[in-house]
Amino acid sequence: MLKLENISLTFNPGTVNEKKALENLNLHLEKGDFVTILGSNGAGKSTLFNTIAGTYLPDSGKVYLDGKDITKLPDYKRSKEIGRLFQDPLKGTAPNMTIEENLALAYLRANHAKSPFSMVSRADRAEFRDRLAMLNLGLEDRMNQPVGLLSGGQRQALTLLMATLVTPKILLLDEHTAALDPGTAEIVLELTKKIVAEHGITCLMITHNLASSLALGNRTIMMEGGHILLDLKNEQRAGLTPDDLLHLFRSQGLDNDRILLS
Amino acid sequence: MFSMAIVTSALELGFIYALVALALFLSFRVLNIADMTTDGAFTLGCAVSATVALTGHPYLALPAAMLAGSCAGFITAALQTKWGVPSILAGIITNTGLYTVNLAVMGFSSNVNMLRSATIFTLFPGSRLILAMIITLLAGAAMVLFLNTRLGLSIRATGDNPDMVRASSINTGFTVTIGLCISNSITALSGAVLAQYQKTADINLGTGMVIIGLASLIIGETVFRRGKVWMKVLGAIIGCILYRFIIAIALRLDLPSECLKLVSAVIVACAIALPNIKKNKGGK
Repeated sequence: MLKLENISLTFNPGTVNEKKALENLNLHLEKGDFVTILGSNGAGKSTLFNTIAGTYLPDSGKVYLDGKDITKLPDYKRSKEIGRLFQDPLKGTAPNMTIEENLALAYLRANHAKSPFSMVSRADRAEFRDRLAMLNLGLEDRMNQPVGLLSGGQRQALTLLMATLVTPKILLLDEHTAALDPGTAEIVLELTKKIVAEHGITCLMITHNLASSLALGNRTIMMEGGHILLDLKNEQRAGLTPDDLLHLFRSQGLDNDRILLS
Repeated sequence: MFSMAIVTSALELGFIYALVALALFLSFRVLNIADMTTDGAFTLGCAVSATVALTGHPYLALPAAMLAGSCAGFITAALQTKWGVPSILAGIITNTGLYTVNLAVMGFSSNVNMLRSATIFTLFPGSRLILAMIITLLAGAAMVLFLNTRLGLSIRATGDNPDMVRASSINTGFTVTIGLCISNSITALSGAVLAQYQKTADINLGTGMVIIGLASLIIGETVFRRGKVWMKVLGAIIGCILYRFIIAIALRLDLPSECLKLVSAVIVACAIALPNIKKNKGGK
C-alpha cells in the first residue's frame, strides 16, 4: 500500500542549524492499516507526514503508493489520493464559504475525471446532506451558512468529512483533536474511528495520548530522532497498557517524560 | 429633479462601469488582492476596442479587448506569483507599462474617435441601455456560475483561507493567475464597451477607475451585506448604478466637472470608512 524506503531528510544541511529530521526511515503499511504515531516534539512525526504528502521531498529514499513511485510527485497531484487533517481546526476549511461550498470544493477536487469547470449536481448535494447527517452535529440543516460560524470541533468534523468525502488512499491525521476541548475531541475521535472503519481507509494518526494510541487502530509506532524506535503490531500491541508503553519507551533509552509532556 | 435622459444615461453608464465592479469583486473581495492593474487594463480595453472597431469589427472588438486585458492580468499575476513582487507593486508596475502599450495600440495618439464607424450600439437593434444591460448581466451570470465550479471554488478558497489552500495543495500561483486574468479581462470589457458607447477612446479614460470600481462595490455591499455569491454579484452591479446616480446628483447640483474626482474620492473614503466606524462603535 504505502512504502517508505530509506527516507532521509536534513534541514539546513551544512549550517549550524542543521537538523536531521528523518534518517534512513523505513515503513510499510498494508491496506486498511490504522497506525498511531507517538513521539516527542522534533521526533520527525510531522516531517514524516510532510514527506508522505509531498510537502517536502526527501534527500534520499523512495516513497511508493500502491506500488507506484511517487517520490517526485508534487504535493498537489498527490492530494487527490491523500487526505490530511491538521491540529488547527481553522486550517482545513474556508470560513467565508458555506458548508456546502466547502464540501463541493473537496468533492470536485478529489474527483479526478472532472474538468476544472465541473460543478456539483443536485444528487451530489443530497449526498453531502446525508454524509453531514451522519456526523450527528446538525450541520445538514446549516449547509448554506458560512463555515466561520461553526465551532472548532464542528469545523474539524467537517474537515474530516471533506478529507474522506471521496475515499482517499491514505488519511494523515496530525494531532487533529489536540486543539479541541476533551468532550469535543472525544466526539471527533469517535467520528474518525467510524469513518475510517466504514471505508477501510489506510490511516496514520499522530497523537500524544498514550491511551488513545493503544485504543485506536491496529498498530502503534514510536518515533525519536528521525527513526522509528518501536513498531508494535496486532498481537504485540494487544493487552498493552499506557504504563507498559512507558516502560517500553524507557527501556529504549528514552528515560524522560518528554513524550508525555510535549 | 431628473430628466429621463439623465436617468437613462446614469443607468447606461452604471451597467457599463458595473463590469469594473464585477472585476474588482473577483480580485479585491474573492482573491483579497488590491489589483492596481485596473486603470491600465480599462484603458487597454478602450484602446483595443476602438482600434478593432475602426477596422469594421465592433463585435470582434469585445473579445479582443478581453484577451488583451487578460494578458495584462497575467503579467501582474506572474510578477507576484513567480517573481515575488509585492502584489500592489506588481499592479502598479503593469499599470505604468500599460500607458505606453495603450498609446501604441492607438497608434501613438492620445485619443481615437469612432464618429464615423459602426459600433455595437449602432448595430444593435434595441436601445443602448438594453445592450449595456445584457452585456453586464451576462458577465455577472457567467461569473456566478464560474465561482461555483471546481476552479472557481479553488479561487475563492485561495482568497479566503490561504492556509487551507496550501495545506490541501491547491497551486495558489495558478488560482491567483486565473483570477487576475479573468478580472482584468472583465475590466477591459468594460473599457471596450465604454469606448464604443462614447465613440471615443482616450488615454486618460481609465484614470481613477480602481477607486470608482471599489466605491461601487462597497456601495453595493451595503445593499446586500452577506449572502450567496449571486447576491454579492448583483450587489456590485446595483452599487455601480447607485454610484452613477450619486454622480448625476452632484452634477445636477451644478458642481463644476473639475470637482468630480474630489467628489469620487470623498465618496470612496466615506464608503470604505463608514462600515469600519460603525463596527468600532459596536464595541467590537
